[in-house]
Amino acid sequence: MTLTLRNIAKTFPGGTTALRPTDLEIAKGEILSLLGPSGCGKSTLLRIIAGLETPDPGASIIFDGEDVTQQSVERRKIGMVFQSYALFPNMSVRGNIGYGLKMQKLPKAEIAARVAEVIDLCRLGHYADRAITALSGGQRQRVALARAMAPRPRVLLLDEPLSALDAALRGQLRDELALLLRQFGITAIFVTHDQDEAMAIADRVAVMSQGAVAQIGTPEALYRNPATSFVARFVGDAMPLEGQVEGAHLQLLGGILRLPKVAGGQQVLVRAEDVRIDPQGPLTARVETVTFLGTHYRISLAGVMTGPLFALHSGLSAPRPGDEVRLSIPPEALLVLPREVAA
Amino acid sequence: MRHLSRHIPLLVTLLACAFLLIPIIQSILAGLTVNYFRGLSSGLTLKWIGQVWELYADSIFLSIKLALACLAGTLIIGVPAAYVLARNPGRATRMLEEFISLPLAIPGLALALALLQLFGSFHGFRTSWTFILVGHILYTLPFMVRSVVSVLAAIDLKTLEEGAASLGAGPARRFIDVVVPNAMPGILAGALTVVTLSIGEFNLTWMLHTPHLKTLPVGLADSYASMRLEVASAYTLVFFVMIVPLLMAMQWASARAQRIMK
Repeated sequence: MTLTLRNIAKTFPGGTTALRPTDLEIAKGEILSLLGPSGCGKSTLLRIIAGLETPDPGASIIFDGEDVTQQSVERRKIGMVFQSYALFPNMSVRGNIGYGLKMQKLPKAEIAARVAEVIDLCRLGHYADRAITALSGGQRQRVALARAMAPRPRVLLLDEPLSALDAALRGQLRDELALLLRQFGITAIFVTHDQDEAMAIADRVAVMSQGAVAQIGTPEALYRNPATSFVARFVGDAMPLEGQVEGAHLQLLGGILRLPKVAGGQQVLVRAEDVRIDPQGPLTARVETVTFLGTHYRISLAGVMTGPLFALHSGLSAPRPGDEVRLSIPPEALLVLPREVAA
Repeated sequence: MRHLSRHIPLLVTLLACAFLLIPIIQSILAGLTVNYFRGLSSGLTLKWIGQVWELYADSIFLSIKLALACLAGTLIIGVPAAYVLARNPGRATRMLEEFISLPLAIPGLALALALLQLFGSFHGFRTSWTFILVGHILYTLPFMVRSVVSVLAAIDLKTLEEGAASLGAGPARRFIDVVVPNAMPGILAGALTVVTLSIGEFNLTWMLHTPHLKTLPVGLADSYASMRLEVASAYTLVFFVMIVPLLMAMQWASARAQRIMK
């Protein structure tokens, strides 16, 4: 199903703007992630698509050419996976998964067959007749996905589906979820505050900030060509370099850097993996801490600017805390971007 | 000395139990002895219980009918009311909850007088058992509402309902499929409380009753006032037999509801 959103905005009764007018287009079978910090409006947008919140007047939500803006949630034929899963504790796993099919008033035999099919696909065979309370977090998450998918919804909406799990399980289920969604071939919108999750699961990512989409694109595009300093910091943890811009040069405490272009009033950012320890480099710094992370070292450097600068250093050895080092940053690795304007 | 101090709590407990149990045992025995003033030596009999049945069977049936009707009333009004209260937490609903609870703070006597003043002139209603029923519902409703609200407040009802709605369930289906089953421990605890209170209610009922409408406790007062002590005691015994299992079930149900709320 293609999903078209036009002029979706939400103002809460108190007058706070949760979402500024937003347009969005999601292709059939595409998995889109809404990524942003808490309070950026991503959940509000998802809940408006679901029909759980009403947008401000003037909005239109179109499912495959059908305007569903005025439809209640129970008529929209969506599937939703909630952060807390919202599984019914009064029903078994099978009862939960079959509930949506029961609401469609399908014959009992067909319900049983389709429930069995989804149970199989989500590898819930051993737990089909268990009570919800007897399941682990990861199993509950799979039941929630199976329940949302069983009625064959037009679009699947996932609201932070992994955030209730502990870190180790989250990584494993992230890949599993990405695979399952591809198998289902469903159009899906996935809300998260975790950039790794968005990158791993989504075809395209919409980065949201302060009630608006800051940039939308493939994970690679967002990483390589961020449109704003917010996107650069949120996707790939770019660090702002605080210094004085003079034409195509940036004057820092620890030296002068050449910029790829003239940066008038813009912000310069760099990612830790692009900061290199280089005896011929133009910057001087003092090593504060060194953390060994297996494939590389993470080094915190002082003296380049007022705050710390981080560098990822691969190699067999690393400098020690207290060492004076020289650094270089290739001009093409510097991101020169518009500053964020506070709303 | 240490030996003694260990036994003092036990002694106090036993004394307290005796204080509570001796009058009950005495009353039960009084209902089963041929002549209470001659004591147990006069022999045991079920005659008095038979007499109670002859004289007051109507009261027993009336009380059961009232309790069941009262239960139906509090379920029909109380469960949806509790649902609305739980779904809309806020100052307005808190005040509403206080209003529903008001009959707990007002003496039954005053409540009965208010009912008499309001409906006393409707003769058909005044002399019908439904008049007492209204009083019982007023008095027991807060117990049902509170019991259900506390269970519903402990679960994330809003998200559960959103989950059901996303699967295509309309408001009525959500209430039946999701709200009621998850509120069941509270409904059960509330139901047992309502039935127990309705069967035992005296103050309000005594004010509202007519000579043809005596409930179990009103009949008990009547028997103590006008029958021989053995009959009144046998009546007490009948009362016990009805109310004690209810009390025990109530304890069990509210313990279960507490467990679910954790």
